[in-house]
Amino acid sequence: MSSNLDALYRQVIMDHYKKPRNRGLLEDGSHTINMNNPTCGDRIQLTFKVEDGIVKDVGFEGEGCSISMSSASMMTQAIKGKKVEEAIRLSKIFSDMIQGKEYDDEVDLGDIEALQGVSKFPARIKCATLAWKAMEKGLNEGEQQ
Amino acid sequence: MNVLDIRRQFPILDQEVNGKPLVYLDSSATSQKPITVIETVERYYKEINSNVHRGVHTLGTRATDAYEGAREKVRKFINAKSTQEVIFTRGTTTSINTVAQSYAAANLTAGDEIVITYMEHHSNIIPWQQVAKRTGAVLKYIPLQEDGTISLEDVKATVTGNTRVVSVMQVSNVLGVINPVKEIAKIAHENGAIMVVDGAQSAPHMKIDVQDLDCDFLAFSGHKMCAPTGIGVLYGKKHLLENMEPIEFGGEMIDFVHLQESTWKELPWKFEAGTPIIAGAIGLGAAIDFLNEIGLENIAEHEHKLAAYALDKMSSVPGMTIYGPLDAAKRAGLVTFNIEDVHPHDVATVLDAEGIAVRAGHHCAQPLMKWLKASATARASFYLYNTEDDIDKLVEGLVKTKEYFSDVF
Repeated sequence: MSSNLDALYRQVIMDHYKKPRNRGLLEDGSHTINMNNPTCGDRIQLTFKVEDGIVKDVGFEGEGCSISMSSASMMTQAIKGKKVEEAIRLSKIFSDMIQGKEYDDEVDLGDIEALQGVSKFPARIKCATLAWKAMEKGLNEGEQQ
Repeated sequence: MNVLDIRRQFPILDQEVNGKPLVYLDSSATSQKPITVIETVERYYKEINSNVHRGVHTLGTRATDAYEGAREKVRKFINAKSTQEVIFTRGTTTSINTVAQSYAAANLTAGDEIVITYMEHHSNIIPWQQVAKRTGAVLKYIPLQEDGTISLEDVKATVTGNTRVVSVMQVSNVLGVINPVKEIAKIAHENGAIMVVDGAQSAPHMKIDVQDLDCDFLAFSGHKMCAPTGIGVLYGKKHLLENMEPIEFGGEMIDFVHLQESTWKELPWKFEAGTPIIAGAIGLGAAIDFLNEIGLENIAEHEHKLAAYALDKMSSVPGMTIYGPLDAAKRAGLVTFNIEDVHPHDVATVLDAEGIAVRAGHHCAQPLMKWLKASATARASFYLYNTEDDIDKLVEGLVKTKEYFSDVF
């Protein structure tokens, strides 16, 4: 198989796909968001528990390919314990990274960096961004409530 | 039928994708175009481009003759009685919407029924949902058998004296099944309903005779049958079309325009408002010539063999689920599938790295996906230029996909 494919399906991505972190919805979540990708049928549901502007807990459920589900898993891992504005900032950085743009590399992205290879597969970018868009929308809507 | 000779007439097939020779298995989404169609469209723009039905000048006459000549080719292709029954549209979607918004919206009232099936494409679901909302009609679904086929018993049980419209796809873009639309039309007529046939997946692949089917409307797209994108056909029985109002208004389609009201041109032009899709229609005419020269019967037989070969070979891949009947006799040339533990998007990405183009997703058939209990599937679809070698490469690719994903797990 081509090295390009290996760049897409990195070990850490497969690990998140196989063993998703924070899978399952919170029973005491403060808000919920659903989002789907109508062109391919991927869907995600997120629940958050936000207290004092901090994402105390987050859980997800969904259906989709390895890229969308591993990205969701990594996203939940990355934002747990972070301030809402930090989580939203992370989403912007992620969006830049995945589109192959210059991105703020001062922030430690951890596992998320493994998804960088997706930028070489334009047809798969939407898979990777679904969970992040849902998170951004969910937290923004939560702020307004 | 010499497939290698046919392949040489499709320039796009002669290329590498991701360093591998292209294996194009997505013709149900859109077919490739033979050089004769490409050159016909090019020649139209280089030599006779002009607006139709307007000018007195020579080019205008030539363009009109070519455009109306294409209509006659379509008439013959589907054996309509008259070119008045052949309307050029943007594609199957526009054709079905025209029937829904013009015929159905005017003729249906609360309590009337529209009957479709669980396997329909969104373009044969949503137009009817909209009509149902506007008129108070009820949208009913014919259920599917275990293998994805339709039984005439279920059709008889669903279609009642209140049914006004029955609309069914002739070939499923997911299951590959060929539906008995002629028999369904008979049941529809016995109950006083009209029969609409979605021919998007059948017109490119099999001989259609609208008089034999006795359907009231037939919708299909050019781009799936070697013609350019943006051109399609709505066939309708003359007495129905005559009593229908256009859904688009403007230039070209009028008889007289007064200050407060207007009258329409005769059929088929009253349904073709604005400058029509001239180059597309002429390209469709060239595509029909091309398909006729090879013979629809030969094409159908070739695809049938490919489907049987693919079903056989693909079934041998471990962890493979194939949707629709496994009996090749009940099928047209496409196979929809899933590999255990690998999402279809991932399958399509790995195959793409091997130069193999397949479709992955819900195939614009979400109710059917729900019935299949699959959020998405992958699909390989075949046309006259595909070979057993293409299927061998697909199967090799699928085995590699399976291995690739077992390695990482």
